[in-house]
Parts: sequence; structure tokens; C-alpha cells
Amino acid sequence: MSAARATLFTDLRAALPGDALLTREEELRPYECDGLTAYRALPLAVALPHTVEEVVSVLRLCRARGVPVVARGAGTGLSGGALPHAEGVVLSLARFNRILEIDPRARIARVEPGVRNLAISEAARPYGLYYAPDPSSQIACTIGGNVAENSGGVHCLKYGLTVHNVLALEALTIEGERLTLGGRAADAPGYDLLALLTGSEGLLAVVVEATVRLLPLPQCARVLLAAFDSVVTAGNAVGAIIAAGVIPAGLEMMDRLAVEAAEDFVHAGYPRDAVAILLCEVDGDEEEVAAALTRVQEILKHAGARELRVARDEAERQLFWKGRKAAFPAVGRLSPDYYCIDGTIPRSKLAEVLTRIAELSREHDLRVANVFHAGDGNLHPLILYDANMPGELARAETLGAAIMELCIAVGGTITGEHGVGVEKISQMCVQFTPAELEQFHAVKRAFDPAGLLNPGKAVPTLAHCAEYGRMHVHRGELRFPDLERY
Amino acid sequence: MDKDDQSAVIVARVREAAAAHTPLIISGSGSKNFLGRRVTGIPLAVGGHRGILHYVPEELVLSARAGTPLADIETALTARGQMLAFEPPYFDTTATLGGTIAANLSGPRRAYAGAARDFVLGCHLVNGKGEILHFGGEVMKNVAGYDLSRLMAGAFGTLGVLLDISLKVLPRSETDTTLIFERDETSAIELMNRWASRPLPLSATAWSDGRLYVRLSGPAPAIAAAAAGLSGEHLPQAEEFWRDLREHTSPFFTDPRPLWRLALPSTAAPLALDGPEIVTWGGAQRWVKTGVPADRVRACAAAAGGHATLFRPARGALPAEAPFAPLTPALHHLHQRLKAAFDPAGILNPGRLYAGI
Ligand SMILES: Cc1cc2nc3c(=O)[nH]c(=O)nc-3n(C[C@H](O)[C@H](O)[C@H](O)COP(=O)(O)OP(=O)(O)OC[C@H]3O[C@@H](n4cnc5c(N)ncnc54)[C@H](O)[C@@H]3O)c2cc1C
Repeated sequence: MSAARATLFTDLRAALPGDALLTREEELRPYECDGLTAYRALPLAVALPHTVEEVVSVLRLCRARGVPVVARGAGTGLSGGALPHAEGVVLSLARFNRILEIDPRARIARVEPGVRNLAISEAARPYGLYYAPDPSSQIACTIGGNVAENSGGVHCLKYGLTVHNVLALEALTIEGERLTLGGRAADAPGYDLLALLTGSEGLLAVVVEATVRLLPLPQCARVLLAAFDSVVTAGNAVGAIIAAGVIPAGLEMMDRLAVEAAEDFVHAGYPRDAVAILLCEVDGDEEEVAAALTRVQEILKHAGARELRVARDEAERQLFWKGRKAAFPAVGRLSPDYYCIDGTIPRSKLAEVLTRIAELSREHDLRVANVFHAGDGNLHPLILYDANMPGELARAETLGAAIMELCIAVGGTITGEHGVGVEKISQMCVQFTPAELEQFHAVKRAFDPAGLLNPGKAVPTLAHCAEYGRMHVHRGELRFPDLERY
Repeated sequence: MDKDDQSAVIVARVREAAAAHTPLIISGSGSKNFLGRRVTGIPLAVGGHRGILHYVPEELVLSARAGTPLADIETALTARGQMLAFEPPYFDTTATLGGTIAANLSGPRRAYAGAARDFVLGCHLVNGKGEILHFGGEVMKNVAGYDLSRLMAGAFGTLGVLLDISLKVLPRSETDTTLIFERDETSAIELMNRWASRPLPLSATAWSDGRLYVRLSGPAPAIAAAAAGLSGEHLPQAEEFWRDLREHTSPFFTDPRPLWRLALPSTAAPLALDGPEIVTWGGAQRWVKTGVPADRVRACAAAAGGHATLFRPARGALPAEAPFAPLTPALHHLHQRLKAAFDPAGILNPGRLYAGI
């Protein structure tokens, strides 16, 4: 062990109780990756502090020694955001799992960062309230991770993303300085640092407390399943619903491969012979829901749905959603490995992009299942591969990059909710110009001049982009070709 | 070339100013000149950079140049049965989109639909180095890179000159109904909070002068059912009522004393400030006309868990030296570093928000 490492350990041991520091390889192993298992690294140590004071000590120590710090929630992230740094410390917030306050009158919850997303809604339910953003991973993922990724879920179409539902954060800078961002009162003075921190992938500050908005549980919610003979008709049906002025509470799509996998796994009652299905949920009071359902059924029939089925009761509604929420693990059973893409596109391009993805899948000879937030245009093509087959991972990555670049080409983005992490770092070079990337780095330096919080994630260096060799090609053209000459 | 595309001119002006270290006063139409600190420098008029660039109703997205009059945008949206759900105040018919976003101003629907910042999807901006940068986009979900377009909302042009903005738009509600209830302030605040915790189709609430106003918006049957359940009097000419409140044209605002805006937790008790008060946003925003010294108003807001803005100085008075609530030293320092990250020469509206920023 190097001398520097030995003194780091000594200092960390002095700052933390015995059960709050892991350094042995077998203890570190569970932290070597997040939900994106293709990338793994062992950190020097894992700190599991119990108190904010202990977090401050870890940050100050690492800052003083120039040691990278990677914050970690539940490790369900899908872009390698919580991937350890081989020369750094993983700072797990898992022990901060208390709900500090539910104020039903003000409709807010104040929680520690390691509280699981679903636990908030469970605690709020007795008051007729819930926390709206509901990632499919909500039983496991933490609010700290949700804030860092600006996570979304099935109900975000109508109720917004994490950024729309968080009111305040307590955060620590790498210096261990505590900041209060946002507040219970609207429009906190100064810059909207609450928005800036949301989605910043643990690169700007460590969240140690969050205050979130709770919404009243809708009086009633019904879900409708529509089956289609082609992904193109299903994609166009999504546009037709939105165009008619209906904002469903959720609007999700699954293609045949995903439907079959979900059926085999949880028997949700989906039609196995459909080429694509849409799940459309409407909520509100009884009359409103009845009216909206009739409306949506007409639109879908007109748009070419082959079969329409409204869940008969709450049990069937839950079953329809169970199939959707279990779709990732279900697809995971079809293949040893899968790689989840997260591009968002304008809804009007759904049919075109899905058709092109099917072609790319054939060209790269890898199966792709599609299960995604159709109402938001947020795609999740799942590329099936086998890491043990030579060359398959590389092929999966090439196919993934092609799909991401397709999303950029149609005016979309490489990531809608999973974050850039390490995974999409090269495609950032395609989506952004060098000046834009440099602006991101300047913002990072304003918070963390030494670059110690989650280094190497989210924003590529210009050197990396030069190496990747594909730069800021926007909609097939260099952007502002006339302005570049200044 | 499109004569309404002034981006090359704006870039050139910013580069010149950066080279010469001359501050620029960015101005759309000047409709919000009363808000914020006074900046000394050379005017940079961006009102000529205008036009709706892209509006596809079925995508729920509208992109327009920053100098586009807000009125043009709302006319285009209304024609397609859509709206800006944050119901921005104009404060002058000439108001532009850029100024609206830079000031992050939201109207009566704010507590139920979100603030201006919640609807920002992306923007092009010119930073203080004269670089055109594009953040966010026209899609509903986008987490590639830091959310720098949303950061522009409320930055008052101190981080960049907005060139164009993409916003999420929403379908207009089918029906609006406003109910009135005779209530004192305490019970009005209580009711606003109680009703907000039930799944009611609320879209605006206000209390003024012994009356609670509640607007319901949505499909006709749902509104009829909800209105029957609440059993208030129907307010005729409700549209004018909410517009006057939003635009500060109701009689309350003619009082010559300074106008304070207090943003508070929605459940905060009535304020003990000497002067008339209007409660909006479900209790979360209180307008007060008072001559009480600024530090006392701020202390009162802070004690209630919120913050106070001197929205308009007393009639005839000079602009305030510190209209916005002061930041903690740690946050102030961070603001300075962020300002330098976007605008190293300190030429974009310097001091509009805080001295030195
Ligand atoms: C089966 C499955 C389904 C999923 N479905 C969805 C979905 O529907 N929608 C969606 O958006 N995502 C989804 N995800 C992705 C993932 O669950 C989310 O990104 C989630 O928010 C990550 O939370 P976490 O606690 O696991 O964070 P981690 O994976 O531990 O960390 C994620 C990032 O957050 C940072 N971080 C964590 N805690 C903090 C903190 N306190 N302060 C600062 N930074 C911190 C980490 O450094 C890292 O960069 C899914 C994942 C899986 C495995």
C-alpha cells in the first residue's frame, strides 16, 4: 500500500466510526458498478457515514488530499454515474434513510438523500398524498440519485420530472460547505441552483437532504391497453392523442419482444400477437376520467388500434402496469446481458426512428426490444447481447452509439433520464460544440475547482472528443457554419 | 438573410463589449425596467431579434426568438387551443419572451401548473465571451449536460443574452369558473391549503379585502361537479379579475407606497406588516403595500420561512439599491464564481441582480 493511501485510510478511520469505512476487497466488491454492469472499478475505500458531520469530514479530507469522491445512492443508475474511481472514495448515502417530516397541510416531505423513492409515497399515502415522479426502479432507487439524474417515470408526462417536484435541497460542496438551494417559499432569490444541481450527476455537490412536493392522490385512475399491428401506427397514435389536447397521466409503449418477455415473466395479460402495445392512463375525478377514456378510445380506434381493452378494475390496472414496470428485468431474462439506451426525440419522429432502429438492429445482428415513455418521446431500446461472446459487447456499443446519434440527428438528445455518466460521454461530443462543453466545465469549476466530485463523468474533455473523432454534427450539418468563422 | 435574425449583430456587440470591458444593458422592450437594480452601461436592444421559429402544436413545443412579443406568442397559441401554463404577467403590452424568462415571472396559475422556469426546454444564448451556445432542446426530457437553459430563468440576463427559447406549452382548459367566498385572511389561507390537498381542478386562488377567489379549470363536467362541491358565488367577469391581478392593474396597486412581494410557505400566517395585502398562489405569494423599512419587511418574510422582493419602489422614488433578498455569504460567493464562468469580463447586465454579479 502506498504511503498516501495509508495516511488517507488513517485519517478516514479517525473521522468515521468503525462500521462506516470499508477497505477490504471483498467489502468493496458490491460497489464496483451500478446498474450499468459493463463498467466496473474497485475504489480505494467506501465510506458509509451516519451523520452529515461525517460526510463533511470525508469531503474535507478528500479535498485536502486531492482524492476523488463518488457519491452513491442505491446504485441503480444506468449510465455508470456511480461507477467508482480507482483512485477515489465512494461516498454512500445509504444510511441517510429517514423521512424527517411529512407536512400534509403544506403538502411537502423532507427526507434524507438515501430514502427510497417509493418510501416517500408510502409515507404520504395515509394523508391522501403521493410523490409523483415514479421511476420503474422506485422500490430501490434513492431520492439523492433521483435528484442527481433528474429521474422521470411513467407519470412524468402529466406531473413533471424530478426537477419539477423538488422544492429545496441541502447540499455540501467538496469543501464541505453547506448550501441551501431553493426553499419552501417559491422562486428562491438568485440563480436557480436547485435546477442546476438537479441532473448534475453528483459532479457539483452532494445532496444531504431534499424537500419534495406531494400531490393529492387522484380520485380515480383507469388504464387502457391498445394493440397495434405495426410500430409505425402505434407511434402515430401517440402523436394523435397529444394533438387532440389530451395529456394522459401516462402513455407507454412496448414492442413485441418486450410484450412477450413481460408476459412470460409476470403474465400481465398483454396480447402476445400484437406488434406493439400502448398503455394509456387517465386520472382525475370519475366524470373526467370517463370522458377522457371515451375520447382516447375514439382517437386510438381512428389511429388504427386493432384491439382496445380498459382494465376492468384496480387489480387489472395494477397488473397492466406490473408488466410495464417489470419489462427491463423481463427482457433481461431473454439474454445474458442487455444495454439500455435512453434517447429522447420529438414525438412526431417516433414512427421514423423506430423503423430505423429495427434496421440498425438487423445491420448489427443484435436483437432490440423497445419499451418506453412514448408520451414524452423518451425511448428505451434494449439491446440484447452476450458479454461472453467475443465482440458482442463492442457490437452492442456500436449499435447503441448509432441509435444515440440517430436521436441527435432528428432533433433529440442522447439521454432523457438516465444521465450521461461514463456511458454516453463520447456522444456528448456529437451533441455539443467544444464551446458548449467548455461552458459545462466552467460551471463545474465554479463549484469544484479541483475537479474531485465524480471526475470523468457526464462531460467529456475536448481531448476525449478529439480522440472520438466525431464532433458536434447537428442534424447532419456543422452548427452555425457561418458563425464559426468569426 | 432573415432581417429578424439579429444574432450575428448581438454576437458582435457582445464581443466588442467584452474586449473593451464595457457593460451592456440588455433590453427586450423595457417592460420590466422597474424590477431589479439599475445597471450603468451601453444599451443592447434585443427586441429586434424576433419571430416564432418553430411551433408544432402536437409536440406541445414552441420556440421563438427572445425579442418576440409575448402577445404574438399567446395569439399563436390561442389560435391552436394552447397556452403558456405559467400565465406570464406582461406589465406592458410590449413585453418580450426573453424578458419574461430572464425575470422568471409567473402569473396566477403558478401554484398549480408551475413557474416560467418549469416550462423552459432549451435555449440558444450568447455568453459573455460572445459565443453562441445551445443547451436543452425541443424535447420533453433531456439530461445531457447541466441544465443551463433552465438556469437562465431568473438570471436577469447576467449569465447570457438569450437568443431564442423553447418552451413546453399545454392545451387550454376547456372551461374556467371563478368562485367567491366571504372569508377573513386566516381562514382563506387555511382553505387554500386544505383544498390544494384534495384532487380539485384548482388553477388560481387569491384573497383580497375579505374575499377568497378560487378559479377552477378543466373539462366542463369536472368543473361543474367541483364548483357544486365548493358552493361559492360565481364571479362574473372573472377573466378581467385575474388579468388585473396579474398585471397589477387592480385598484390595490395604485397605492403610492412601495410594492413588496413576499414568497412564503403556503401555510404561513397573515403578515403583521402595516399595509394592505393580497394573498395569491394558494398562500405562497403575498403582495403588500407598505412603507415599513426594508429590513423589517425582510425580517418578517424570513421569520415566516420565505423571502421578500421590493417589486416596485414607492411612486416617484429611485430604483432600490437592494430589491432582492440578500444571499448567504456562501451562496453569494458561488454566484460570483458562476457569473465569472459565463461572463468573465462582467459585461452582461452587471449588478442587475446583486452588486458585483
Ligand atoms: C430496472 C431499472 C429501471 C429503471 N427505471 C428508470 C425510470 O423509469 N426512470 C429513470 O429516470 N431512471 C430509471 N432507472 C435508473 C435509476 O434507477 C435512476 O437513475 C435513479 O435515480 C438512480 O438512483 P440511485 O439511488 O440508484 O443512484 P445511484 O445509481 O447510486 O447514483 C446515480 C448518480 O447519482 C449520484 N448521486 C447519488 N446520490 C447522490 C447524492 N446524495 N448527492 C449527489 N449525487 C448523488 C451518483 O454519483 C451517480 O452519479 C432504472 C434503473 C433500473 C435498474
